[in-house]
Amino acid sequence: MKLTKGERAMLDGREGKARQKAMDLLVRYAEALGAERFVDTNNVAGVPGSANPFLQNYYSRFAGSEYDAIFSYFDLDADELVDVPPALVHTCHLQGGVDPEHWDTLGAKPEVFKIYRDREAFAANHGVQILKTCTPYLAGNVPVKGEHCAWMESSAVVYGNSVLGARTNTEGRESTSAAMITGKIPDWGLHRTQKRLGTHRIEVEHTVESVMDWGMLGYFVGDVVQEHIPVLTGNYSQPDLVRHKHFGAAAASSGGIELYHIVGVTPEAATLETAFGANTSIESLAYGRAERRRTYDQLNANAHDPDVDYVMLGCPHAAFEQIQEVAALLDGRRVSGNCRLWIFTSRAVKEIADREGHTRIITDAGGVLMTDTCSAFAQALPPGTKVAALDSAKQVHYLPAIMGIQAWFGSTRDCINTAITGRWNPEEL
Amino acid sequence: METIVLRGRSVVPGWAEGEALVTRDAVPGWGGVNPVQGIITETRHELRGQSFKDKVLVCRGAKGSSGWSAMYHIARLAGTAPKALIFNEMTTKVALGAVVMRIPSVTDLDRDPLEIIETGDWVIVDGDKGTVEVQKDRTSATSFRPERGRSRP
Repeated sequence: MKLTKGERAMLDGREGKARQKAMDLLVRYAEALGAERFVDTNNVAGVPGSANPFLQNYYSRFAGSEYDAIFSYFDLDADELVDVPPALVHTCHLQGGVDPEHWDTLGAKPEVFKIYRDREAFAANHGVQILKTCTPYLAGNVPVKGEHCAWMESSAVVYGNSVLGARTNTEGRESTSAAMITGKIPDWGLHRTQKRLGTHRIEVEHTVESVMDWGMLGYFVGDVVQEHIPVLTGNYSQPDLVRHKHFGAAAASSGGIELYHIVGVTPEAATLETAFGANTSIESLAYGRAERRRTYDQLNANAHDPDVDYVMLGCPHAAFEQIQEVAALLDGRRVSGNCRLWIFTSRAVKEIADREGHTRIITDAGGVLMTDTCSAFAQALPPGTKVAALDSAKQVHYLPAIMGIQAWFGSTRDCINTAITGRWNPEEL
Repeated sequence: METIVLRGRSVVPGWAEGEALVTRDAVPGWGGVNPVQGIITETRHELRGQSFKDKVLVCRGAKGSSGWSAMYHIARLAGTAPKALIFNEMTTKVALGAVVMRIPSVTDLDRDPLEIIETGDWVIVDGDKGTVEVQKDRTSATSFRPERGRSRP
């Protein structure tokens, strides 16, 4: 590792104990990667100081200083308790905790809600922007092309790299918390120009148009490309923000895709030649009618019961236009008495939805619009849920595994129709 | 008994030995693992329901959510972490996860560990030198199913 004078000073403890521990972790991490230096970052997205019941309990012996304890021992992987300084660089908090209004709907007990509220105060007091969303790019953190970031949340990472041209690896809890107080992250992987070139060509043969189509294509691409960098060409119309959001989230769930290129669409893929650059060992795969059908069947493989208890939307957190769409589909109708409808978004988007009147339409129909979390993340379902309907390939990938329920996958319209009838009866694929 | 030595690169220093648990799939993190129990839970994973506690985990790499390191970090605290890690494909997830699990880890081996090592083999990982020693007991390999494992020779 080549350290600058400033990095050496932090590692030697001249910038305080916490920065020393953070640099120690970052050096161990960089050496594990085989990185030779750090890059400076002024854009961190993580979950500093957050806790689940296991961590809360594990560090309960530090009552009184448990916030610093979790940050020291867990976030920084240190062996001693340190005073946590405020964020040195711009840092936002991703999803976590429970909705500040509807926490009881999510099944949180008052004492658990208090823990989340205290943890949020810890983050805010340390200068962390409490965006509380998996879509920071929809809540004011929109990195520019070439900006070095240290982001967690696989769906945000893939969006930042692919759509915005920012540079971040999929960082973890510990590396983002260390970056928050040092402004450093290993110069490895997607921070380096030559590591951003495509490896696999995906020829899109079947037309890809709707949000659901893009989600399925993403799930297929993640499955076949795994941790590599796909380049898409072929039969698609210009995807918008929501389509990118669903494509990337799906691709980062079935596989480990952190960057994709779409020829003529994404910023580092003006042409096929630019997207692949000097890479010569290119694998080529096709997405046709059969692959589309197979992906749809895979996404629905775990469900068989058409009676649906629960419809969840907002994975990744709903964009404003998605809430608008739900409100339009619901207007004047009622959610079935046998079914619950929960929609998740960011605080920033919900604020507008409240003012615009969409939240009222959803509430009047019997649905709940919530922020900060989602069913998979909070491990929270309406009581008695056995079968869910979802419009997100990512949520279908995770929710049945985490909660042991069945889950159907379809379009937003399929899901809203199901919420109203309580029956899964999707439109023809 | 046959001993095979593989040479690669150190990821996390340290020395450990144990029984191999091998998967050709990448290993999932948050949402695909129960770290407190030390069990893989991902619906379509070939190790679904299996425990990695005290095993030498041999895999292609890590995949899925950015919560990978935090999950395996919790596994370390819960006492369910593997004893050592051998993998082929370097990612930030697996690197940070190995670091916070604080277990000897190696990669870039001169032969594919997924071809050489079978579940149940006894494996010694030297994370300082970046080497792996695989002990295969050919006589018992025919009489035991690999998944059942064997005691140390």
